[in-house]
Parts: sequence; structure tokens; C-alpha cells
Amino acid sequence: MEFMLSEDQQQFRENLARFFHDRSPTTEVRRLMSDPVGYDPAVWSQMSDQLGLCGIAIPEEYGGAGFGAQELAIACEEMGRALYCGPYLASAVCAAYAITTTADETFKQQWLPQLASGTLIACVAITEHAPLWCDEDIQTIAKVDDGGQHRLTGEKRYVVDAQVAELMVVAAQQADASIALYAVHADAPGLTCTPMASMDPTRKLNSLTLADTPAIHLGTADLQHLMDYTLVALANEMMGGAQTLLQSALDYTQLRVQFGRSIASFQAIKHRLAELLLEVELAKSAAYQAAYSMAVGEDCREHASLAKAAAAEAYLHAATECIQLHGGIGFTWENDTHLWFKRAKSSEVLLGAPALHRERMLQAMTTGACAKERIG
Amino acid sequence: MNTEQLREAVRAWLAANWDANLDLIEWRRLLADSGWGAPDWPSEYFGRDLEAAQSVIVDEELARVGAIGAAHNGVRMLAAVTLLAHGNHEQKRQYLRRILTGEDQWCQLFSEPGSGSDLAGATTRADLDGDEWIINGQKVWNTSAHHANYGLLIARSDWDEPKHKGLSYFILDMHQPGVEVRQLKQMNGHASFNEVFFTDARVPRANIIGTPGDGWQVAMTTLAYERRSFDRPRNPAAKSPSAAPIYQQFQQELAVANEPYKWYPQRAGRVDLVLQRAKDTGAIDDPVIRQDIARLHILAQSASWTAQRARALQKAGKPQGPEGSLGKLAASHIGRLAARVHTNISANDALLTGSASPMNGTIAEILVSTPAGSIAGGTDEIQRNIIAERVLGLPKEPRFDTGPFRDVPRNSSTKEQ
Repeated sequence: MEFMLSEDQQQFRENLARFFHDRSPTTEVRRLMSDPVGYDPAVWSQMSDQLGLCGIAIPEEYGGAGFGAQELAIACEEMGRALYCGPYLASAVCAAYAITTTADETFKQQWLPQLASGTLIACVAITEHAPLWCDEDIQTIAKVDDGGQHRLTGEKRYVVDAQVAELMVVAAQQADASIALYAVHADAPGLTCTPMASMDPTRKLNSLTLADTPAIHLGTADLQHLMDYTLVALANEMMGGAQTLLQSALDYTQLRVQFGRSIASFQAIKHRLAELLLEVELAKSAAYQAAYSMAVGEDCREHASLAKAAAAEAYLHAATECIQLHGGIGFTWENDTHLWFKRAKSSEVLLGAPALHRERMLQAMTTGACAKERIG
Repeated sequence: MNTEQLREAVRAWLAANWDANLDLIEWRRLLADSGWGAPDWPSEYFGRDLEAAQSVIVDEELARVGAIGAAHNGVRMLAAVTLLAHGNHEQKRQYLRRILTGEDQWCQLFSEPGSGSDLAGATTRADLDGDEWIINGQKVWNTSAHHANYGLLIARSDWDEPKHKGLSYFILDMHQPGVEVRQLKQMNGHASFNEVFFTDARVPRANIIGTPGDGWQVAMTTLAYERRSFDRPRNPAAKSPSAAPIYQQFQQELAVANEPYKWYPQRAGRVDLVLQRAKDTGAIDDPVIRQDIARLHILAQSASWTAQRARALQKAGKPQGPEGSLGKLAASHIGRLAARVHTNISANDALLTGSASPMNGTIAEILVSTPAGSIAGGTDEIQRNIIAERVLGLPKEPRFDTGPFRDVPRNSSTKEQ
């Protein structure tokens, strides 16, 4: 790994930190949690127009900035730090990458510049029942009707930010049982999008029902690779959130006085914070390394799953410690800790809990990325 | 002097002086007197006033002709850096040469049964009697004390000063009637350390380093060097270019110096063996063990990347982030988890130590060696204090040891005054 950010990357991080600190204060996070749409279009446009964030990893010939996974990781980390609410992971990360790696030139020309400018919001609908994306989980059926039109029938669940997407990238089984990706317009006939009530309202989940819904065939899917890419972005987002929680615990325990001392002067508290710092720093290194492996084009399956497992445990541990160290106030609605706790929990579970990623990592280590036996 | 001129100078000197038929000590005396044995030391004291980076070039030239370098291994280097920083002219002239030749072995006499983590709470007494200090008390965890001619001793010379101000730092002759060295056997069967007892042992007045009461300051130099060398490879076995006796003498010296550290790889948990052991035993097919192995791999990998982040920042001259202080604590977690994973992989066989045991007893040795990792060189508890106070900036512990040391509460067995 390049173990240090360049001056440019450092500058980029500081700009983003300022932006999200200003535009995603917890008052906004709370407002968007109770808003069914779940994002602020004005902030979304600023992200694209001022910072070019939506196109950060989209190739330059399609209107993006053409940066690598490391810059994407920085962006995600800063969004996670401020608990930014918006369809970034779904649209700018996952859908953009799916289209870049799967679709043919016409569709790339059609959609990627719009995704890069933030004028088009897309999402990715893969999961049906299994937490990890894998071919075996895809029961949605794709057929070609007499007029040559592709049509999808099935049900997708846990689709992140579908409520705001105008374009959905959907995985479905073709006649030969292989899995392909399709593009479906949000207003296509037979498509219903229903919100799934979730304990983490900072990231909206939906179920999709497709009934003979017309779709555009994009190409053969490599779900594992798409998941690796998404995991790298997610793990870095998670580490941003974990660092906010650690800082919050440090700030509060130094402020809070009991028994005539700040509670941060008790070893019972100090030692927990030291251990938490260790866990967070190690998981951060793993997230950075995964981004680096992705950026230089190495097979990053092992590192992606490693980073997700480490980030999940560190983030949730930071969240539970932060609540515990706040005491009673930490369990109140008024205190902000639960906002990050909820994101930590949903990030831990979505795309596979740590045990699944430990296993996936081990399979990548011992049998390589082309392993036939897949888990899901 | 540029690099080429330096190489030329070393080569010319070696051409005139290096002779594999010399006795090891004879050769090293030539080397020490020439200054090429410690080129980054002052020329007044057996060096050549060169930069540390230039020493590497000198080492390369020595290695090129198969010449043996000065004796740089073991505790003697702690003595050297301490003397160079705080010793007076006579002390430097007297001791540094014999450190470089390897004639003298040194040991550190710091820790005591009553003061481990709280090193400055030492209660070994130093009482001035005419021209001699009279030493009474006990030290422990003294690596290589049974081979040592001299000890680096901290002892309490003033009980009315606060804890850190009543200590003095001495050079103690180990070969005298008042010094008794006993090997200390560890729970893993090795004996890498000693206990040292002083009964009216004597130190000439001239053998104090610094002035009375400076002991803690001087000890900081020793400890800082010890900490820096914590992760360095210990005396890699050198290849002998020929069967000349000088090489045999050198190998023997290395064997003695390395003896206390033979079990250190096992203490660290032998993460490198885990996957192969799991494959060899078939445990790789057990889903529970797979989770354990994966947890260990994640921990060890992340710790190594974190150490690399710290080194990259250091190299670029950037301020140290938190990542630099975490390695020791991470290593404790890794060692403990590795021992557990090895146990689960080997099952009953993990217990065996005989010739039929897995890897000739290595696995069992891991199990009885890893508890040392979270104690030696600063316990986990002290590491957490350091991380919390120095890295996270949290408030310090309240102190109860700030007044005259005489009045400070301490372990009952050490209350002599």
C-alpha cells in the first residue's frame, strides 16, 4: 500500500471534511431520517457541481474525474464521518461501477455522464434472500418476448435508495441460467417499489417487485467483483463513522465529572478508549489497504472482505462503547450517538455480517478469486 | 568525505590490517583503535565522527572482505549509548574500547521485585561510605547477568528526595563477593534472565555516571535505546567464509548472545505457522476453526499495515499519528489469539512436548511462552495508560508518590527505611 496520502489527497480530504461538516450537521441528518426521500437535492447538486464527487471514480471519457478507488475511499470516509444521508453509495459508487464494467458503449455514453454530474440517480438491485451477492441467490427471471424485448419477473429486497432512483440496475437469471445485469426505468410497467421499514433511517431500504417489467440487457454480471468494489467503498465509509464515535467518546468522557474527577481520568475508562483506538486504527489500515489494492488493479477479494469484517466490528464496537461511556444520556433520542449506532448496525449487516466475510476472505486466500465453491 | 572516498579509505585500511588468522579479540582491538569499529562515535572515543548512515557503508565494506565487525550485540550496546551520552572522559576511555572488542559483557540492573512497571520506585540502596558506595538490595529480569563483567545499576542514594530524584546510576563490577547471580527459570522452561542480589557490594566513587540524583535521567537514555531496538532482528547468524578460528570464536559469541531469545518467535505466537498447520491437520475444514484463523489473519494483517503507515509517516518526517504507539498492544492480542488458534488446530497434540509432538514441541512452546508478551517491555496495562495519556491526551492518573520517597507507600517486603 502507499501508506501515506499525497498532498493533493490530503487537501481533497480537508475540503470534503469542511463541506460535510457544514452541509450534513446532525440537524440535517435527523430531518432526512424522517423524510421518506432521504436526501437533500440542493446538497447533492453542490456535491456534484462544486466537488465533482458523483463522478469521482467514473472514467474521464464519460464525464467523470477518472480517479481511483483511493480517492473514492476518501470521499466515502468523509461522508461516513458526517453521516451524510444520500444515494451516493447506491448511485455514484455501485450503479456507476456496474454500468462501467458491464454495459456496452451506447449505454455508457447515455448514462455515465449523467451519473457523474448527479443529474441521474441510479441504484443496484441484486439481493433477494442471501446477504452476500452470489449467482445462486438470483431467482428473478429474465425472458425475451416475441418482440425481442427483455422482461424481468421477480422480487428484490434490501435495495438501498431505490426510492429516489430513476434507473435501477437489476440482476436476473437468463434462459441459460447465467446471471446478467439489466437496466430498468423507475416508471417501467410492472415495477413496484415499496419502502422497507428499517431501524436505520439514515439509509433507506426498499423492496422491488418486477412483473414482466421491460428491461435493457446490459451484460453478463460478475456479482463477486461488483461486491468487492462496493465493500471497499462501504468499509471506508464505515471507518469515517467509527472515528466520529471515538472522538465523541473522548470529548464526552473528558467533559463529564463524577466523584470529583473527569471520568476520562479513570483507568476503567482510559483503557477502554485505548483499546478502541487500537481497533479503529487497525480497521482503518485494512480499509485503506483494500482501496489501494483495488486502485492498482490487484485482485482485492481477500482485502475487501477483510476490510469489511474489520470495519464492521470496529464500527459497532465504537458505537456500543460510545453509548456506554455516555451513560444514560447516550440512550436518549436527543443525544446523537444513536444515529451513528444505527448506521453502524445496518452497515455491519448489509452485504454480509463479519463471519461471512471472514469465510469469504479465507476462501479467496486459499483458493484464489476464481473459487467455484461460493458462499452465500 | 563522499561515499566513494569513504569506501576507498575503509578498503585501504582493511587491505593493510584484516587478517582472518588473527584472534577475534586481537582483531577487534585493531578495529576499535582505528575507529572503523564504531564510525559514528566521536573520534576521541574509538569512532570517526561519521553519520549513522555512513556506518552502513563501512559495514558493507567489512562484509565484502568477510571481516568481522565490532561487538555490537546484546546489553553492551545499552552501556555504550549511556556512557557516550552521560559518561565522563575517563569512563569513556576505560569502558568503550572493551565494549567494542567484546571483552566485556554487560547487564542491566534496573527492575526489582518491588518495582516493575513503576521502575522509578527502586529500593536497592546506595550508601556512600568514604570513597565507595555500598550497595544492598535485589534486582530481577537481568538478561545475561550470569555472563556479565559489569552491570548498569540504578539504586536509591537519597530517600528524602521525591522518587525520581533520589536515584543514582552506577557501573558495578559483577565479579565481587557482594554480588550473587541466580538464573531465573520461566514457566516455559527457558532461563533467559537472572536475579541479582547485593550484600554490601561496592562501587568506587568514580563509577557513578552523572551526579548523585541524576539516575533517572541517565536511565531514560538506556531505556529509549532499548525500546528502539525492540523490533530489530537480533544478531542474525553470519555465514562463515572459512573455517578460520576467528569465525568460530565469532559464532560462539553469537550463540551466547542469542541464547536468551531462542523462544521469542514462539512468544509472538507463530502466526506464520497457522495456515499450514490447519491444512496439515485437516482442521482447515472445521468452520469454527476457520473463523478463528480468519480473525487472526485480519488482526495480524491490519497490525502490520498499521506499522507500515507509522513508518511511512516517520520516513516522510511527518508528525507521528496514533498508529506508532499501538504495535506493542496489538502484538499482545495477536500472541494470545495465535496461541488459542494453535491449540484448537492441534487439539490434544498441542499438549505434547516430546519427539512425537507437533513440530518438535514448537506448538507446546507457543502455549507456554505467549503470556510473556503482554508483560515484558511494558505491560498491556501500562501501554494502555501511555496510549490514553500521550496519544489521546486524556488526564493523568492521580499520584500518591510525589513527596519524599521515604514516605511513599510501597510493597511491604521493600520497606527498609
